[in-house]
Amino acid sequence: MEKEIKDKGFNVEELKTFKEKVLSKYPKKVARKRDKAILVNDPDTIPEIQANVRTVPGSITQRGCTYAGCKGVVLGPTRDIINITHGPIGCGFYSWLTRRNQTKPMTEQEENFITYCFSTDMQDSNIVFGGEEKLKQAIREAYELFHPKAIAIFSTCPVGLIGDDVHRVARHMKEEIGEDKINIFGFSCEGYRGVSQSAGHHIANNGLFKNLIGRDDEVRGSLKYRVNLLGEYNIGGDAFELERVFEKCGINLISTFSGNSTIQSFENAHTADLNMVMCHRSINYVAEMMETAFGIPWIKVQPIGAGSTAKMLRKIAEYFGDQELKDKVEEVIADEMVEVEAARLKALAKTKGKTAMLFVGGSRAHHYQDLFEELGMTTLSAGYEFGHRDDYEGRRVIPTIKIDADSRNIEEITVDKDPTRYNPRKTEEELAALDANGMDFTEYEGMMKQMQKGTLVIDDLSHYEMEKLIELYKPDVFCAGIKEKYCVQKMGVPLKQLHSYDYGGPYAGFKGAINFYTDIEMIACTTIWKEVKAPWESEAIVEAEYMYN
Amino acid sequence: MLLRHTTAKEIDRQALTINPAKTCQPVGAMYAALGIHGCLPHSHGSQGCCSYHRSALTRHFKEPVVASTSSFSEGSSVFGGLSNLVSAIETIFSVYDPEVVAVHTTCLSETIGDDMTQIIAKAYEDGKVPDGKKVIYCNTPSYVGTHVTGYSNQVAAFVKHLAVATPKKRNVINLVAGWMEPADMKEIKRLASVMETRTLMFPDMTGVLDAPMTGTYEMYPKGGITLADMATTGDSKFSIGLGKYTTEDACVKMENKCKVPFEVLDIPIGLKATDRFITSLSRHANVPVPDAITEERGKLIDLIADNSKYFYGKRVALWGDPDTLVPLTEFLVSLDMKPVYIVTGTPGKYFDEQMAEILKDIPEAKFKSGERADMFQMHQWIKQEGVDLLIGNTYGKYIARDENVPFVRLGFPVTDRPGFNFFPFTGYTGAANLAIKILEAFLDHKDRTCPEEKFELVL
Repeated sequence: MEKEIKDKGFNVEELKTFKEKVLSKYPKKVARKRDKAILVNDPDTIPEIQANVRTVPGSITQRGCTYAGCKGVVLGPTRDIINITHGPIGCGFYSWLTRRNQTKPMTEQEENFITYCFSTDMQDSNIVFGGEEKLKQAIREAYELFHPKAIAIFSTCPVGLIGDDVHRVARHMKEEIGEDKINIFGFSCEGYRGVSQSAGHHIANNGLFKNLIGRDDEVRGSLKYRVNLLGEYNIGGDAFELERVFEKCGINLISTFSGNSTIQSFENAHTADLNMVMCHRSINYVAEMMETAFGIPWIKVQPIGAGSTAKMLRKIAEYFGDQELKDKVEEVIADEMVEVEAARLKALAKTKGKTAMLFVGGSRAHHYQDLFEELGMTTLSAGYEFGHRDDYEGRRVIPTIKIDADSRNIEEITVDKDPTRYNPRKTEEELAALDANGMDFTEYEGMMKQMQKGTLVIDDLSHYEMEKLIELYKPDVFCAGIKEKYCVQKMGVPLKQLHSYDYGGPYAGFKGAINFYTDIEMIACTTIWKEVKAPWESEAIVEAEYMYN
Repeated sequence: MLLRHTTAKEIDRQALTINPAKTCQPVGAMYAALGIHGCLPHSHGSQGCCSYHRSALTRHFKEPVVASTSSFSEGSSVFGGLSNLVSAIETIFSVYDPEVVAVHTTCLSETIGDDMTQIIAKAYEDGKVPDGKKVIYCNTPSYVGTHVTGYSNQVAAFVKHLAVATPKKRNVINLVAGWMEPADMKEIKRLASVMETRTLMFPDMTGVLDAPMTGTYEMYPKGGITLADMATTGDSKFSIGLGKYTTEDACVKMENKCKVPFEVLDIPIGLKATDRFITSLSRHANVPVPDAITEERGKLIDLIADNSKYFYGKRVALWGDPDTLVPLTEFLVSLDMKPVYIVTGTPGKYFDEQMAEILKDIPEAKFKSGERADMFQMHQWIKQEGVDLLIGNTYGKYIARDENVPFVRLGFPVTDRPGFNFFPFTGYTGAANLAIKILEAFLDHKDRTCPEEKFELVL
């Protein structure tokens, strides 16, 4: 593998020099800290990386905050919960429609609040005298205007500081309006908690489990195999594509957490027989809790990339162990792959041998490498914006992760077996047999295992490191988010946004893979990049002569 | 229906804001800070604010927007942000090497009461600020005012920290630019140069947020007023503030600190506001208005006169910032249109007074500013009586689609259409651009929706 990288003109020794070059410019303390977050990968030994620790102040970071993870990422895509941001107007404003969560109510009458932004718009008097009364009144008004089935409240930085108790307000208002009429719950997701949006995911997961999951036991749906997909946010319609694929296979998707989701799908999720975790980072907590409480096993899946999607479907069929399903899945894969393969080969001619770098999210930087591999592209460097060590090194390292003060602030809830509804889906023996057969329950290999030897793995990449990376290794495509996009493009390197898919997509499943191939081919073939220099900048202008003297 | 729950029936809301027509202070400070050459904005608070503000500005400008953050954790929220900011300053100068760091606060650092003067003094004392470099600050609590206030506070901070009065006065007019696009600033500077006046604009985002692609990324692009020029603004003979809400404070501070008298005008959007700007510049710079400018004005009048039948009596709903809405409303009235519903989340007396004056002959007009003056309220009004046109930021596209109304994008943020880097809305040329945008919206709508027998080649 090392050879392969060399063949593309990238010397492993040279990649190592990146680190020296970068660290030399930092103040000593900062350099010491960043030293542990920048690694030359070795998939065989997997070195320990520093992750999920505070960003250095003054660093231009890709990271966001806990509120962004809780309200923006996890609860944002649910369509029939009114999400009220309790705080000054900004937080609500910035998380208003900016994450491309698509949703499709079944009828024109069904609720859909995704297009609305609700805020208590706290003013200085609310900061001085407390904002609980304003929040209560806001809930009354939201109820009077919309009569929603549920209201969720999200705390912002000043709310935590002044001591407004959103949970108490939720309780009071539920009593006032009537517990039979509405569910109201709060999230203590102030922006300063934790070290990134990751803390917000954890808080959101706890809230989902405490307030929604498991409240509706009715078994619905006509299909035999019942699954949940966790950590899928329906960016650009990913969940729509996956719903299509599952349905085609005869698999009933009970709930997606939380793309295209409803209160009912959360409340009913415990009636599924298998949990599949897509974005491990944002939602592994829910999978764990549901296994403990309801006996639903979980597996890590990766429906990004056609090969990975096929692998996911085969795993599901293997889990249910039904020949009929296995046959159906093979039939669907064969059917879908015809078009996928044609699109892949068409793009491959343009993309083969090109290089990519990915610095996104807490799973995307890993998942999208599959798609690049399918396009014959090498990922030279990758890292997570808010991943933890297990996202890099695999779940097996969890017991060795040191809990620091920042993580200790996040509530841990203890879950027990549900007294009436705990129902082991498989016997211990069945689970062991499946596991031995490669099912890998509750397992997650991590990104470093998959990346080539000698590539660079960098956690919480700073703007400065990004500039250096591009300067030294000029990749053909750089994947990150909107904040990085135009900086990178000014350097003449196209940037593919992988949070928003550059307003394209979906990229999940089979049709998604086709979209991705097409889009990357487009990047590879866009010619304007060759015109960055004006003709007169690269060659001397011929001196003019008058035709008639 | 995208906004399926919005109904015509209003209730008296006291606490809930729905679909705001504003956002919070720091994003304005961040934007304004980019108008000083070599300036790195720094957000003093938890890193989510910085991330949101950078994203919002980047989505709007489609240009690099970099800013650093103090990255508060729970500990800093309890013990104060001193050590975070001091170490941030050290890291920033080592790695990003700006000329000046413009620190703005957030609701977090404001609520815990960080004393910015003291913290920054400590950074200087500890030798974290290299010689010749500067760290300035402004207070931008998110629970006071709006993004407009944040912009104003940052511009005022430039004056407070950077303008210097020396005994040597210069024959220069300061143009204090309110919140507008770089293309608008460029147009204003062009008008000033056509008039052969000596001016200094601050903040000046031209060349910063409309930088060319060269294959080389410049963290500090060529544009923006330099620190040296910013210092000399204190020696100018007069300041013209463009935008009451965004520049008056800076103008007042400049007069108090450096004895530079001032006049605050509306941003020159539309015919009359541009007339006032040209007149003021001519008077205070003591130069006649050249024919070239009168000619530009005449072309605008020609365009409006030729198309007046399409404008006459059309009902318009508007939302955005008061500094934009006041001259925009006035322009629409001068086109004989009827601006009937106008909301801005930014509170203030000037807006209310000006609207009352401009709209005095349109009794059906409703306007609202401040808390709960939001797009939900405006949409409810639209549901009641209907409008022919919407003008505002991108969030209006949901209303436009639901109500099938033509829509012209203007304001912040516009995240779904390009072009604002190239085509100004200020000056006579900008007014013509705007009039044409409005016409195109109407005529495209007519072409798309009229019966086939009414479909015509010449309009």
